Amino acid sequence: MSGLTTGLARAAWLVFERDVRLAFRRWEQVTHPVVFFVMVATLFPLALSPEPALLRLVAPGIVWVAALLSSLLALETLFRADLDDGTLEQLTLSGQPLAWLLLAKTLAHWLLSGVPLAIAAPLVAASLAAPGSAAPVLVTSLFLGSGVLSFLGAVGAALTLGSRKGSVLLSLLVLPLAMPVLIFGARATDLAMRGEAAGGPLLLLAAMLILAVTLAPLACSAAVRISLE
Amino acid sequence: MGTWTWFHKLASPPHFYRIAGRLVPWFGIPAVLLTAAGIYGGLVLAPPDYQQGDAFRIIYVHAPSAWLSLMCYTTMAAAAAVGLVWRIKLAHALAAASAPIGASFAFLCLATGSLWGRPMWGTWWEWDARLTSQLLLLFLYLGYMALRSAFDDLQRADRASAVLAIVGVVNVPVIHFSVYWWNTLHQGSTVLRKGGPAMPLSMLVPLLTCFLGFTLAYAALACVRVRGEVLQRERNAAWLRELSAT
Repeated sequence: MSGLTTGLARAAWLVFERDVRLAFRRWEQVTHPVVFFVMVATLFPLALSPEPALLRLVAPGIVWVAALLSSLLALETLFRADLDDGTLEQLTLSGQPLAWLLLAKTLAHWLLSGVPLAIAAPLVAASLAAPGSAAPVLVTSLFLGSGVLSFLGAVGAALTLGSRKGSVLLSLLVLPLAMPVLIFGARATDLAMRGEAAGGPLLLLAAMLILAVTLAPLACSAAVRISLE
Repeated sequence: MGTWTWFHKLASPPHFYRIAGRLVPWFGIPAVLLTAAGIYGGLVLAPPDYQQGDAFRIIYVHAPSAWLSLMCYTTMAAAAAVGLVWRIKLAHALAAASAPIGASFAFLCLATGSLWGRPMWGTWWEWDARLTSQLLLLFLYLGYMALRSAFDDLQRADRASAVLAIVGVVNVPVIHFSVYWWNTLHQGSTVLRKGGPAMPLSMLVPLLTCFLGFTLAYAALACVRVRGEVLQRERNAAWLRELSAT
Protein backbone atom coordinates (compact mmCIF):
# COMPACT_ATOMS: atom_id res chain seq x y z
CA MET A 1 0.00 0.00 0.00
CA SER A 2 1.90 3.00 -1.22
CA GLY A 3 -0.80 5.49 -0.32
CA LEU A 4 -0.28 5.00 3.40
CA THR A 5 1.66 7.70 5.13
CA THR A 6 1.18 6.39 8.65
CA GLY A 7 3.50 3.65 9.79
CA LEU A 8 2.35 0.65 11.80
CA ALA A 9 3.79 1.85 15.08
CA ARG A 10 2.32 5.30 14.64
CA ALA A 11 -1.11 3.92 13.74
CA ALA A 12 -1.14 1.67 16.79
CA TRP A 13 -0.05 4.53 19.01
CA LEU A 14 -2.81 6.79 17.65
CA VAL A 15 -5.48 4.18 18.41
CA PHE A 16 -4.02 3.50 21.83
CA GLU A 17 -3.74 7.17 22.73
CA ARG A 18 -7.24 7.92 21.51
CA ASP A 19 -8.76 5.21 23.68
CA VAL A 20 -6.81 6.28 26.76
CA ARG A 21 -7.74 9.91 26.20
CA LEU A 22 -11.41 9.04 25.75
CA ALA A 23 -11.35 6.99 28.92
CA PHE A 24 -9.97 9.94 30.87
CA ARG A 25 -12.83 12.05 29.53
CA ARG A 26 -15.34 9.42 30.62
CA TRP A 27 -13.72 8.53 33.88
CA GLU A 28 -16.65 6.45 35.19
CA GLN A 29 -15.89 3.92 32.48
CA VAL A 30 -12.70 3.14 34.40
CA THR A 31 -13.99 3.51 37.94
CA HIS A 32 -17.30 1.64 37.71
CA PRO A 33 -15.75 -1.82 37.15
CA VAL A 34 -13.42 -1.22 40.10
CA VAL A 35 -16.33 -0.23 42.33
CA PHE A 36 -18.17 -3.33 41.14
CA PHE A 37 -15.10 -5.42 41.97
CA VAL A 38 -15.01 -4.09 45.55
CA MET A 39 -18.77 -4.57 45.95
CA VAL A 40 -18.73 -8.19 44.78
CA ALA A 41 -15.88 -8.91 47.19
CA THR A 42 -17.96 -7.34 49.97
CA LEU A 43 -20.80 -9.76 49.29
CA PHE A 44 -18.80 -12.79 50.37
CA PRO A 45 -18.12 -11.91 54.03
CA LEU A 46 -21.80 -10.97 54.32
CA ALA A 47 -22.93 -14.23 52.76
CA LEU A 48 -20.41 -16.58 54.37
CA SER A 49 -19.22 -15.29 57.71
CA PRO A 50 -17.05 -12.46 59.04
CA GLU A 51 -14.70 -15.05 60.58
CA PRO A 52 -11.11 -14.03 59.52
CA ALA A 53 -9.85 -17.63 59.55
CA LEU A 54 -12.51 -18.70 57.04
CA LEU A 55 -12.11 -15.59 54.90
CA ARG A 56 -8.36 -16.06 54.71
CA LEU A 57 -8.97 -19.53 53.34
CA VAL A 58 -11.26 -18.40 50.52
CA ALA A 59 -9.76 -14.95 49.86
CA PRO A 60 -7.81 -15.89 46.67
CA GLY A 61 -10.91 -17.38 45.12
CA ILE A 62 -13.11 -14.44 46.08
CA VAL A 63 -10.69 -11.84 44.74
CA TRP A 64 -10.28 -13.73 41.50
CA VAL A 65 -13.97 -14.42 40.91
CA ALA A 66 -14.78 -10.78 41.62
CA ALA A 67 -12.04 -9.66 39.23
CA LEU A 68 -13.30 -12.01 36.53
CA LEU A 69 -16.88 -10.72 36.82
CA SER A 70 -15.69 -7.14 36.86
CA SER A 71 -13.60 -7.65 33.73
CA LEU A 72 -16.68 -9.07 32.00
CA LEU A 73 -18.52 -5.90 32.92
CA ALA A 74 -15.74 -3.75 31.51
CA LEU A 75 -15.86 -5.55 28.16
CA GLU A 76 -19.18 -3.89 27.41
CA THR A 77 -17.42 -0.59 26.74
CA LEU A 78 -14.71 -2.01 24.50
CA PHE A 79 -16.39 -1.75 21.10
CA ARG A 80 -19.94 -0.55 21.70
CA ALA A 81 -19.38 3.23 21.46
CA ASP A 82 -16.99 2.82 18.52
CA LEU A 83 -19.55 0.75 16.68
CA ASP A 84 -22.27 3.31 17.28
CA ASP A 85 -20.30 6.33 16.05
CA GLY A 86 -18.70 4.54 13.12
CA THR A 87 -15.12 4.55 14.40
CA LEU A 88 -14.86 0.80 14.11
CA GLU A 89 -15.88 0.97 10.47
CA GLN A 90 -13.27 3.63 9.80
CA LEU A 91 -10.60 1.48 11.44
CA THR A 92 -11.59 -1.38 9.16
CA LEU A 93 -11.43 0.84 6.09
CA SER A 94 -8.21 2.61 7.07
CA GLY A 95 -5.98 0.27 5.08
CA GLN A 96 -3.97 -0.57 8.17
CA PRO A 97 -4.10 -4.21 9.31
CA LEU A 98 -7.22 -4.42 11.43
CA ALA A 99 -5.76 -7.06 13.76
CA TRP A 100 -2.91 -4.71 14.58
CA LEU A 101 -5.21 -1.79 15.37
CA LEU A 102 -7.39 -4.04 17.52
CA LEU A 103 -4.29 -5.22 19.33
CA ALA A 104 -3.56 -1.59 20.24
CA LYS A 105 -7.18 -1.08 21.22
CA THR A 106 -7.20 -4.14 23.44
CA LEU A 107 -3.91 -3.11 25.05
CA ALA A 108 -5.51 0.22 25.96
CA HIS A 109 -8.49 -1.65 27.37
CA TRP A 110 -6.19 -3.86 29.43
CA LEU A 111 -4.43 -0.78 30.81
CA LEU A 112 -7.74 0.87 31.67
CA SER A 113 -9.60 -2.13 33.10
CA GLY A 114 -7.00 -4.64 34.27
CA VAL A 115 -4.44 -2.39 35.89
CA PRO A 116 -6.97 -0.61 38.15
CA LEU A 117 -8.16 -4.05 39.31
CA ALA A 118 -4.60 -5.12 40.04
CA ILE A 119 -4.08 -1.94 42.06
CA ALA A 120 -7.32 -2.30 44.01
CA ALA A 121 -6.85 -6.02 44.67
CA PRO A 122 -4.40 -5.82 47.65
CA LEU A 123 -6.89 -3.62 49.51
CA VAL A 124 -9.70 -6.07 48.89
CA ALA A 125 -7.46 -8.99 49.83
CA ALA A 126 -6.42 -7.24 53.05
CA SER A 127 -10.08 -6.74 53.96
CA LEU A 128 -10.48 -10.50 53.59
CA ALA A 129 -7.71 -11.08 56.15
CA ALA A 130 -5.15 -12.13 53.53
CA PRO A 131 -1.54 -11.55 54.64
CA GLY A 132 0.17 -8.53 53.09
CA SER A 133 3.09 -10.67 51.98
CA ALA A 134 0.93 -12.17 49.22
CA ALA A 135 0.25 -8.75 47.67
CA PRO A 136 3.07 -8.76 45.06
CA VAL A 137 2.01 -12.13 43.68
CA LEU A 138 -1.66 -11.13 43.75
CA VAL A 139 -0.93 -7.94 41.81
CA THR A 140 1.26 -9.77 39.29
CA SER A 141 -1.26 -12.55 38.76
CA LEU A 142 -4.09 -10.07 38.25
CA PHE A 143 -1.96 -7.98 35.92
CA LEU A 144 -1.14 -10.97 33.72
CA GLY A 145 -4.56 -12.60 34.07
CA SER A 146 -6.53 -9.46 33.26
CA GLY A 147 -4.49 -9.21 30.06
CA VAL A 148 -5.62 -12.67 28.98
CA LEU A 149 -9.18 -11.80 29.94
CA SER A 150 -9.04 -8.57 27.91
CA PHE A 151 -7.82 -10.36 24.81
CA LEU A 152 -10.20 -13.32 25.09
CA GLY A 153 -13.02 -10.97 25.97
CA ALA A 154 -12.26 -8.76 22.98
CA VAL A 155 -13.01 -11.73 20.71
CA GLY A 156 -16.28 -12.35 22.56
CA ALA A 157 -17.21 -8.67 22.49
CA ALA A 158 -16.52 -8.46 18.76
CA LEU A 159 -18.60 -11.59 18.09
CA THR A 160 -21.61 -10.31 20.01
CA LEU A 161 -21.50 -6.83 18.43
CA GLY A 162 -24.05 -7.63 15.76
CA SER A 163 -26.36 -9.66 17.97
CA ARG A 164 -29.53 -8.67 19.74
CA LYS A 165 -28.70 -9.72 23.29
CA GLY A 166 -25.29 -8.43 24.21
CA SER A 167 -24.17 -8.83 27.79
CA VAL A 168 -25.55 -12.18 28.95
CA LEU A 169 -24.44 -13.79 25.71
CA LEU A 170 -20.97 -12.30 26.13
CA SER A 171 -20.67 -13.90 29.57
CA LEU A 172 -21.80 -17.27 28.19
CA LEU A 173 -19.12 -17.13 25.52
CA VAL A 174 -16.22 -15.81 27.56
CA LEU A 175 -16.60 -17.53 30.94
CA PRO A 176 -15.78 -21.10 29.84
CA LEU A 177 -12.74 -19.81 27.96
CA ALA A 178 -11.62 -17.84 31.01
CA MET A 179 -11.53 -20.82 33.38
CA PRO A 180 -7.80 -21.54 32.96
CA VAL A 181 -6.99 -17.95 33.93
CA LEU A 182 -9.12 -18.28 37.03
CA ILE A 183 -7.50 -21.59 37.96
CA PHE A 184 -3.92 -20.37 37.68
CA GLY A 185 -4.55 -16.88 39.02
CA ALA A 186 -6.27 -18.12 42.14
CA ARG A 187 -3.70 -20.88 42.50
CA ALA A 188 -0.76 -18.44 42.39
CA THR A 189 -2.43 -16.22 44.99
CA ASP A 190 -3.22 -19.19 47.18
CA LEU A 191 0.38 -20.42 47.07
CA ALA A 192 1.71 -16.96 47.89
CA MET A 193 -0.64 -16.69 50.87
CA ARG A 194 0.72 -19.94 52.24
CA GLY A 195 4.21 -18.56 51.78
CA GLU A 196 5.12 -20.98 49.02
CA ALA A 197 6.74 -20.27 45.66
CA ALA A 198 4.14 -19.11 43.13
CA GLY A 199 6.41 -18.96 40.08
CA GLY A 200 4.83 -21.91 38.26
CA PRO A 201 1.26 -20.66 37.88
CA LEU A 202 2.53 -17.13 37.20
CA LEU A 203 4.67 -18.38 34.34
CA LEU A 204 1.73 -20.33 32.97
CA LEU A 205 -0.38 -17.18 33.14
CA ALA A 206 2.36 -15.33 31.26
CA ALA A 207 2.43 -18.09 28.64
CA MET A 208 -1.34 -17.82 28.21
CA LEU A 209 -0.97 -14.06 27.87
CA ILE A 210 1.57 -14.47 25.08
CA LEU A 211 -0.70 -16.95 23.33
CA ALA A 212 -3.68 -14.62 23.69
CA VAL A 213 -1.78 -11.53 22.49
CA THR A 214 -0.54 -13.46 19.47
CA LEU A 215 -3.74 -15.16 18.34
CA ALA A 216 -6.71 -13.27 19.77
CA PRO A 217 -6.35 -10.10 17.64
CA LEU A 218 -6.59 -12.24 14.49
CA ALA A 219 -9.84 -13.86 15.65
CA CYS A 220 -10.99 -10.47 16.86
CA SER A 221 -10.48 -8.80 13.50
CA ALA A 222 -12.35 -11.64 11.74
CA ALA A 223 -15.19 -11.17 14.22
CA VAL A 224 -15.29 -7.39 13.77
CA ARG A 225 -15.46 -7.77 9.99
CA ILE A 226 -18.36 -10.21 10.33
CA SER A 227 -20.18 -7.86 12.69
CA LEU A 228 -19.76 -4.88 10.37
CA GLU A 229 -21.10 -6.63 7.27
CA MET B 1 -8.74 -33.00 -10.93
CA GLY B 2 -11.26 -35.58 -12.02
CA THR B 3 -10.93 -37.47 -8.76
CA TRP B 4 -12.11 -34.41 -6.85
CA THR B 5 -15.30 -33.71 -8.74
CA TRP B 6 -17.31 -35.99 -6.46
CA PHE B 7 -16.06 -33.90 -3.58
CA HIS B 8 -17.03 -30.60 -5.19
CA LYS B 9 -20.39 -32.00 -6.12
CA LEU B 10 -20.90 -32.94 -2.49
CA ALA B 11 -20.79 -29.25 -1.60
CA SER B 12 -23.88 -28.53 -3.71
CA PRO B 13 -26.99 -28.54 -1.52
CA PRO B 14 -29.38 -30.46 -3.83
CA HIS B 15 -26.80 -33.16 -4.42
CA PHE B 16 -25.94 -33.47 -0.77
CA TYR B 17 -29.60 -33.45 0.20
CA ARG B 18 -30.19 -36.52 -1.95
CA ILE B 19 -27.00 -38.33 -0.87
CA ALA B 20 -27.62 -37.64 2.82
CA GLY B 21 -31.17 -38.91 2.49
CA ARG B 22 -29.90 -42.14 1.02
CA LEU B 23 -27.17 -42.48 3.63
CA VAL B 24 -29.44 -42.18 6.67
CA PRO B 25 -30.58 -45.84 6.71
CA TRP B 26 -27.05 -47.02 5.88
CA PHE B 27 -25.79 -45.32 9.01
CA GLY B 28 -28.92 -45.59 11.10
CA ILE B 29 -29.70 -49.30 10.86
CA PRO B 30 -26.15 -50.51 11.68
CA ALA B 31 -26.08 -47.92 14.46
CA VAL B 32 -29.19 -49.36 16.09
CA LEU B 33 -28.03 -52.97 15.62
CA LEU B 34 -24.49 -52.36 16.85
CA THR B 35 -25.61 -50.30 19.83
CA ALA B 36 -28.20 -52.92 20.76
CA ALA B 37 -25.61 -55.70 20.42
CA GLY B 38 -23.03 -53.73 22.40
CA ILE B 39 -25.49 -52.89 25.16
CA TYR B 40 -26.64 -56.51 25.34
CA GLY B 41 -23.05 -57.70 25.44
CA GLY B 42 -22.19 -55.14 28.08
CA LEU B 43 -25.21 -55.55 30.31
CA VAL B 44 -25.78 -59.30 30.03
CA LEU B 45 -22.82 -61.18 28.59
CA ALA B 46 -19.86 -59.35 30.13
CA PRO B 47 -18.82 -60.55 33.60
CA PRO B 48 -19.24 -58.15 36.53
CA ASP B 49 -16.17 -56.18 37.51
CA TYR B 50 -14.26 -57.65 40.42
CA GLN B 51 -14.19 -54.31 42.22
CA GLN B 52 -17.17 -52.36 40.95
CA GLY B 53 -19.57 -55.23 40.44
CA ASP B 54 -22.39 -54.46 38.06
CA ALA B 55 -22.06 -50.70 38.46
CA PHE B 56 -19.23 -50.55 35.95
CA ARG B 57 -21.69 -51.45 33.18
CA ILE B 58 -22.68 -47.83 32.79
CA ILE B 59 -19.37 -47.43 30.96
CA TYR B 60 -21.08 -48.84 27.87
CA VAL B 61 -23.03 -45.61 27.57
CA HIS B 62 -20.68 -43.29 29.41
CA ALA B 63 -17.43 -43.76 27.48
CA PRO B 64 -18.93 -43.65 23.96
CA SER B 65 -20.80 -40.46 24.91
CA ALA B 66 -17.59 -38.87 26.14
CA TRP B 67 -15.82 -39.82 22.94
CA LEU B 68 -18.62 -38.46 20.77
CA SER B 69 -18.93 -35.21 22.67
CA LEU B 70 -15.29 -34.54 21.81
CA MET B 71 -15.57 -35.82 18.26
CA CYS B 72 -18.62 -33.64 17.59
CA TYR B 73 -16.74 -30.57 18.78
CA THR B 74 -13.79 -31.36 16.52
CA THR B 75 -16.10 -32.02 13.58
CA MET B 76 -17.96 -28.81 14.30
CA ALA B 77 -14.79 -26.72 14.45
CA ALA B 78 -13.31 -28.35 11.34
CA ALA B 79 -16.55 -27.83 9.41
CA ALA B 80 -16.74 -24.25 10.66
CA ALA B 81 -13.17 -23.57 9.50
CA VAL B 82 -13.91 -25.07 6.08
CA GLY B 83 -17.06 -22.97 5.86
CA LEU B 84 -15.23 -19.82 6.87
CA VAL B 85 -12.27 -20.27 4.54
CA TRP B 86 -13.99 -21.61 1.41
CA ARG B 87 -17.39 -20.12 2.12
CA ILE B 88 -19.15 -23.45 1.74
CA LYS B 89 -22.65 -23.13 3.12
CA LEU B 90 -22.98 -26.87 3.62
CA ALA B 91 -19.98 -26.92 5.95
CA HIS B 92 -21.70 -24.31 8.12
CA ALA B 93 -24.83 -26.43 8.01
CA LEU B 94 -22.84 -29.42 9.25
CA ALA B 95 -21.32 -27.34 12.08
CA ALA B 96 -24.76 -26.07 13.07
CA ALA B 97 -26.16 -29.60 12.93
CA SER B 98 -23.35 -31.10 15.02
CA ALA B 99 -23.60 -28.70 17.95
CA PRO B 100 -26.88 -29.92 19.52
CA ILE B 101 -25.84 -33.56 18.99
CA GLY B 102 -22.51 -32.94 20.68
CA ALA B 103 -24.15 -31.05 23.52
CA SER B 104 -26.56 -33.95 24.04
CA PHE B 105 -23.71 -36.44 24.20
CA ALA B 106 -21.80 -34.20 26.61
CA PHE B 107 -24.90 -34.04 28.78
CA LEU B 108 -25.41 -37.79 28.54
CA CYS B 109 -21.80 -38.33 29.54
CA LEU B 110 -22.20 -36.04 32.56
CA ALA B 111 -25.48 -37.63 33.59
CA THR B 112 -24.14 -41.18 33.37
CA GLY B 113 -20.93 -40.09 35.09
CA SER B 114 -22.99 -38.67 37.91
CA LEU B 115 -25.02 -41.90 38.17
CA TRP B 116 -21.80 -43.86 38.17
CA GLY B 117 -20.29 -41.63 40.82
CA ARG B 118 -23.11 -42.28 43.25
CA PRO B 119 -22.29 -45.94 44.03
CA MET B 120 -18.55 -45.65 43.34
CA TRP B 121 -17.53 -42.42 45.05
CA GLY B 122 -20.64 -42.05 47.21
CA THR B 123 -21.59 -38.71 45.68
CA TRP B 124 -23.58 -37.50 42.69
CA TRP B 125 -21.03 -34.93 41.77
CA GLU B 126 -17.32 -34.97 42.35
CA TRP B 127 -15.09 -32.09 41.23
CA ASP B 128 -13.05 -34.61 39.37
CA ALA B 129 -10.91 -33.34 36.50
CA ARG B 130 -12.68 -35.46 33.91
CA LEU B 131 -16.15 -34.45 35.02
CA THR B 132 -15.20 -30.80 35.28
CA SER B 133 -13.57 -30.57 31.87
CA GLN B 134 -16.60 -32.34 30.41
CA LEU B 135 -18.83 -29.76 32.09
CA LEU B 136 -16.77 -26.96 30.55
CA LEU B 137 -17.12 -28.64 27.16
CA LEU B 138 -20.89 -28.59 27.63
CA PHE B 139 -20.63 -24.87 28.45
CA LEU B 140 -18.67 -24.30 25.24
CA TYR B 141 -21.44 -26.02 23.28
CA LEU B 142 -24.08 -23.93 25.03
CA GLY B 143 -22.17 -20.74 24.26
CA TYR B 144 -21.88 -21.74 20.62
CA MET B 145 -25.59 -22.45 20.34
CA ALA B 146 -26.46 -19.26 22.20
CA LEU B 147 -24.37 -17.22 19.78
CA ARG B 148 -26.03 -18.90 16.80
CA SER B 149 -29.48 -18.14 18.11
CA ALA B 150 -28.62 -14.48 18.73
CA PHE B 151 -28.51 -13.61 15.04
CA ASP B 152 -31.49 -13.29 12.74
CA ASP B 153 -29.31 -13.37 9.66
CA LEU B 154 -28.26 -16.96 9.06
CA GLN B 155 -25.04 -16.14 7.22
CA ARG B 156 -23.87 -13.87 9.98
CA ALA B 157 -24.74 -16.53 12.55
CA ASP B 158 -22.74 -19.04 10.53
CA ARG B 159 -19.61 -16.96 10.31
CA ALA B 160 -19.66 -15.53 13.84
CA SER B 161 -20.22 -18.95 15.39
CA ALA B 162 -17.49 -20.38 13.16
CA VAL B 163 -14.98 -17.95 14.68
CA LEU B 164 -16.15 -18.97 18.14
CA ALA B 165 -15.82 -22.67 17.33
CA ILE B 166 -12.25 -22.15 16.15
CA VAL B 167 -11.33 -20.06 19.20
CA GLY B 168 -12.91 -22.77 21.31
CA VAL B 169 -10.98 -25.60 19.71
CA VAL B 170 -7.70 -23.77 20.32
CA ASN B 171 -8.74 -23.39 23.94
CA VAL B 172 -9.96 -26.93 24.56
CA PRO B 173 -6.46 -28.34 25.26
CA VAL B 174 -5.61 -25.37 27.49
CA ILE B 175 -8.82 -25.83 29.46
CA HIS B 176 -8.35 -29.58 29.60
CA PHE B 177 -4.81 -29.47 30.97
CA SER B 178 -5.43 -26.61 33.36
CA VAL B 179 -8.39 -28.47 34.84
CA TYR B 180 -6.25 -31.59 35.30
CA TRP B 181 -3.52 -29.53 36.87
CA TRP B 182 -6.00 -27.79 39.16
CA ASN B 183 -7.44 -31.09 40.25
CA THR B 184 -4.20 -32.89 40.97
CA LEU B 185 -3.08 -29.96 43.08
CA HIS B 186 -6.28 -29.64 45.04
CA GLN B 187 -7.00 -33.17 46.04
CA GLY B 188 -4.97 -36.23 46.55
CA SER B 189 -7.55 -38.14 48.51
CA THR B 190 -10.07 -39.19 45.88
CA VAL B 191 -9.56 -42.81 45.03
CA LEU B 192 -10.36 -43.17 41.40
CA ARG B 193 -9.45 -46.65 40.42
CA LYS B 194 -8.46 -45.98 36.86
CA GLY B 195 -6.24 -48.53 35.22
CA GLY B 196 -6.13 -51.63 37.34
CA PRO B 197 -6.07 -54.85 35.37
CA ALA B 198 -6.50 -54.53 31.63
CA MET B 199 -10.03 -55.08 30.48
CA PRO B 200 -10.77 -58.69 29.50
CA LEU B 201 -11.97 -59.27 25.98
CA SER B 202 -15.51 -60.10 27.10
CA MET B 203 -15.82 -56.55 28.43
CA LEU B 204 -13.85 -54.82 25.73
CA VAL B 205 -15.65 -56.19 22.67
CA PRO B 206 -19.09 -54.87 23.71
CA LEU B 207 -17.48 -51.51 24.53
CA LEU B 208 -15.90 -51.21 21.11
CA THR B 209 -19.20 -52.28 19.52
CA CYS B 210 -20.91 -49.49 21.45
CA PHE B 211 -18.28 -47.00 20.30
CA LEU B 212 -18.92 -47.92 16.69
CA GLY B 213 -22.70 -47.94 17.14
CA PHE B 214 -22.71 -44.51 18.79
CA THR B 215 -20.44 -43.04 16.12
CA LEU B 216 -22.70 -44.36 13.36
CA ALA B 217 -25.67 -42.97 15.25
CA TYR B 218 -23.98 -39.58 15.16
CA ALA B 219 -23.44 -39.94 11.41
CA ALA B 220 -27.11 -40.80 10.87
CA LEU B 221 -28.31 -37.96 13.13
CA ALA B 222 -25.95 -35.52 11.43
CA CYS B 223 -27.32 -36.52 8.01
CA VAL B 224 -30.89 -35.96 9.17
CA ARG B 225 -30.05 -32.65 10.80
CA VAL B 226 -28.02 -31.35 7.85
CA ARG B 227 -30.98 -32.20 5.61
CA GLY B 228 -33.11 -30.11 7.90
CA GLU B 229 -30.62 -27.26 7.76
CA VAL B 230 -30.51 -27.47 3.96
CA LEU B 231 -34.33 -27.33 3.79
CA GLN B 232 -34.33 -24.26 5.98
CA ARG B 233 -31.54 -22.51 4.10
CA GLU B 234 -32.74 -23.33 0.60
CA ARG B 235 -36.44 -22.91 1.20
CA ASN B 236 -36.76 -20.49 -1.72
CA ALA B 237 -34.57 -22.42 -4.13
CA ALA B 238 -35.98 -23.73 -7.39
CA TRP B 239 -34.69 -27.30 -6.94
CA LEU B 240 -36.67 -27.69 -3.73
CA ARG B 241 -39.87 -26.58 -5.40
CA GLU B 242 -39.26 -29.11 -8.16
CA LEU B 243 -38.56 -31.77 -5.58
CA SER B 244 -41.76 -31.11 -3.67
CA ALA B 245 -43.77 -30.98 -6.90
CA THR B 246 -42.79 -34.51 -7.89
